[in-house]
Amino acid sequence: MEFFFQIVITGLSLGFLYALAALGFVMIFKSSSVLNFAHGGLMAIGAFLFLVLSAWARLPIWLAFLLTLIGSFSLGFIIERFFLRPLIGEALIEVIMLTLGLFYMIKGLLLFIFGGDLYSYPDFLPPVLTFHWGGIEVTGVYVATFIIGLIFLGLFGFFFKYSSQGIYMRSVADNQPAAMALGVHVRRVFALSWAIAALVAAMSGIVLGIINGINVHEVSDIGLKVFPVVILGGLDSIGGAVLGGIIIGLLETFTGGYISTGLREVIPYIALIIILLIKPYGLFGLVEIERV
Amino acid sequence: MENNLLLQINNISVVYSDVIQILKAVSMDVRKSQIVSLLGSNGAGKTTTLKAISGLLKPENGKVTEGTIDYGGHNVQNSAPETITRLGIIQVMEGRQAFKYLTVEENLRVGTATRWGKPYKKDLEMVYHYFAPLVARKSSLAGYCSGGELQMLVIGRALMAQPRLLLLDEPSLGLAPLLVKEIFEIIKRINEEQGTTLMLVEQNANMALQIAHFGYVMENGKIVLEGDAKDLRENPDVKEFYLGVAASGTIKSYKDVKAYKRRKRWL
Repeated sequence: MEFFFQIVITGLSLGFLYALAALGFVMIFKSSSVLNFAHGGLMAIGAFLFLVLSAWARLPIWLAFLLTLIGSFSLGFIIERFFLRPLIGEALIEVIMLTLGLFYMIKGLLLFIFGGDLYSYPDFLPPVLTFHWGGIEVTGVYVATFIIGLIFLGLFGFFFKYSSQGIYMRSVADNQPAAMALGVHVRRVFALSWAIAALVAAMSGIVLGIINGINVHEVSDIGLKVFPVVILGGLDSIGGAVLGGIIIGLLETFTGGYISTGLREVIPYIALIIILLIKPYGLFGLVEIERV
Repeated sequence: MENNLLLQINNISVVYSDVIQILKAVSMDVRKSQIVSLLGSNGAGKTTTLKAISGLLKPENGKVTEGTIDYGGHNVQNSAPETITRLGIIQVMEGRQAFKYLTVEENLRVGTATRWGKPYKKDLEMVYHYFAPLVARKSSLAGYCSGGELQMLVIGRALMAQPRLLLLDEPSLGLAPLLVKEIFEIIKRINEEQGTTLMLVEQNANMALQIAHFGYVMENGKIVLEGDAKDLRENPDVKEFYLGVAASGTIKSYKDVKAYKRRKRWL
């Protein structure tokens, strides 16, 4: 029984990590229908930026964290401005190929600078975070992941539901010409969605680094795991991304715990294929509203 | 320029995709606090005229190639919609383009995009005051609203931007006659109480000429007739072609070949 609870809790926090990673992906897809293959790259940049600032420059953790977020937010803006904006009006496939190119560019650049080694952050989590309950012990990293995930998902939910800027962003995703007619600055919305996506990606990259340590290959490849998550939840649903993340996280830890650790890496993709067969739009995919 | 002129269109031509000419030398004057209606058959260029004013030609690859659009001292032809909306020109597009996956109130809040960060509670109250049926639907998704509610919603949403010039494209499209009457009455009240200048594109010429002060009739991308609304209502050609009443006062039949010939003369 203890083993079971242990697995549930690790699965949940892993799930929050995936949800956080998927959130940025969904955001770009929602506002501009672009599948962002560079998402893993953005995660890796965030993770390494934090490494440089915290371990190498030895800044205080909170400052390093803040600077990483600001840096990746700006990076999102820059990517949109210099790579995506010239492609507005071109076919979608060109934009998607561009993100793929961007991914390899980022990965190559990071490999060039950091090599394929495994790095780890300084141990900054306070020991009180480690959680004991009966015979169950959950290490601080998982508790931290859980808390960070919860805070940021809450913040984003709030931003999109209640803030004016969030509502403008949703209006562009909904009906672009109508939003334009009302004076919504569509290009600014695109830029903002890339910036926010890069910020969330960096965040999930850092969390991943706290759990596993960071390695260029590993962090950027986890961007690939975003696909089963978002397809399970529905490509354009933020709530779906959260739930999809949690389901995939639990699925992985349960498979790893009870069946075989070898199967663990494969199970999300098996799930992905089954979901596509049964519910092609995902659990919360957009159901077209049609009045008859 | 006269003092009470809000918008002056001088001889504009509009071309789509560099080859398809839709408007040919169109000129119009819109006076402050008036309702100007724009009549004409399908494909006459009414919507294109509105889009030329609001800047929405651009995303459709259209361009004002000649002439100027003068709005309170600004030359707005070929400006971006973000700029034009911030000058106070808001277009309500044809076909009730609500944001389907946003609630009614969120839809209205998008109307504040031109003045982000400013308080909007008063404007919400004003919109709910004009369009009472929206209050009950406040928090339901716009995609599930009826056609009449959607039309009220998109007009209300435009009002949230506090427009000086409101461009309405076929507000009566596909609505029941009673509802059309209600909406036109509200449009008239908005004009009288808020002092908003309106340009109204309509197929329902009868309704449009009843509330308008001035009217233009378009054919094939040109203006063929203009005048005070009450004069247009009495004009035998307008009566016959747009109000569906023959000179004698009976309903006209398509069998009448003469009518067809007379219409040709306008082109």
